[in-house]
Amino acid sequence: MTREVYHRALKNLEDEVLKMGNMVTDAIRKSVEALQKRNKDASREIIANDIHINKKRFEIEEKCISLIATQQPMAVDLRELTSILSIVTDLERMGDHAEGIAKISLLIGDEPLVKPLIDIPIMTEAGLSMLEKCLRAFVNRDVEAARRICNEDDRVDALHDQIYRELLLLMIQNPKIIHQATYLTWVSHNLERIADRVTNIAERIVFMVTGRMEEMNVSKY
Amino acid sequence: MEKVRMEVPDPIVNIIGLSLYYGKTKALKEINLDISKKRITSFIGPSGCGKSTLIRCLNRLNDLIESVTIEGSIQIDGQDIYAPSVDVTELRKRVGMVFQKPNPFPKTIYENVLYGPRVLGINKKSSLDDICENALKRAALWDEVKDRLHMNALDLSGGQQQRMCIARALATEPEILLLDEPCSALDPIATSKIEDMLVELKRDYTVIIVTHNMQQAARISDYTGFFMLGELVEFNITTEIFTNPREKQTEDYITGRFG
Repeated sequence: MTREVYHRALKNLEDEVLKMGNMVTDAIRKSVEALQKRNKDASREIIANDIHINKKRFEIEEKCISLIATQQPMAVDLRELTSILSIVTDLERMGDHAEGIAKISLLIGDEPLVKPLIDIPIMTEAGLSMLEKCLRAFVNRDVEAARRICNEDDRVDALHDQIYRELLLLMIQNPKIIHQATYLTWVSHNLERIADRVTNIAERIVFMVTGRMEEMNVSKY
Repeated sequence: MEKVRMEVPDPIVNIIGLSLYYGKTKALKEINLDISKKRITSFIGPSGCGKSTLIRCLNRLNDLIESVTIEGSIQIDGQDIYAPSVDVTELRKRVGMVFQKPNPFPKTIYENVLYGPRVLGINKKSSLDDICENALKRAALWDEVKDRLHMNALDLSGGQQQRMCIARALATEPEILLLDEPCSALDPIATSKIEDMLVELKRDYTVIIVTHNMQQAARISDYTGFFMLGELVEFNITTEIFTNPREKQTEDYITGRFG
């Protein structure tokens, strides 16, 4: 193999993307746990830590730009770099969704939850499982795995609909909880958006490997 | 593997099943390729891949090497250039060539540029002046040398010498301009002047360029062919070659994984 320094830099960049993926995974999981346990300190910590995710995104962007400027990447390498630029944008926004959930948890304040959270943790794990598979597909250049991830998004969307209907019913039965129940629909919305962003990443992986852009997460509306 | 012959718009050159031997060594293997008129086509590939050999077939420069034998055919405007009836001097007038190192004659700029037209029998001073000015303008050198046309061409800088050689090739009004690594001896500024000039030239000429500089091929050419070990591995629109090549060998070469 020639151009070893360049290819090592590309590999390091992949590792950085994985690192950022793990930071985002951590933030999402902890934001829902903090909501469940009503742990305000944990929520505040997630909000404070979002800056590290943002920084990581800019670091990766800078490295991509520097490689493009200095190494003139071509073909699959060029597609990988432009895909990474897009992937880190999605990851950064997923971090913002985790921060959003942490903020909602603080907005709910000291009130006990109107109901035990059942579907929201299931939805969280479904989204995180998609993200984990997506990061693995990125490393393995696995187009088929990336395509399958998009099918899993339907389950997350269905859970979101279910949570929305359930909370709506509770609000009708007891208007006093409208305030908190509305917040919980926002949590669900954040989780639904997280899964959507995973599908964006999956689309980028398909492009990175095949050179073709495929719209895989078609809206049902 | 059977390669699909890529269709290009308005082909001027058709290379059909071309093989070339240096003695018993097969340097080009059944090349099939069409070259589009008034476009820039570049040939890339590692040293010894046959790209320069191929370009030299297009104005029969390989005829000068005794051990060379050729199979297949090359047509320009539908005419087989290896047919016995072809006048090679006339062919080389239609298909001009510029080499890697600038090779000015030890004469004035004026006499260098007009060497071809004089060989072709043009002697009228006013015609020669016009040809010289036009050729130097097309080669983007006129403004730099218009006041010193009678200085020795060897006193020009390397980049200027190369543009003068291009002007010399253009002075006989060729249809096709062949360039064999024309910028490899030049600095980046001189290189970019030549690249800009070539992009201008394709309005009137078909340009075929052999280059070791992949970025140069990516920057200026419309079509790119990748050669390896005497074979045309892939030929396609330049942006496709550099963003999404079909062949793994092409991908490995342009991403620096071998070569």
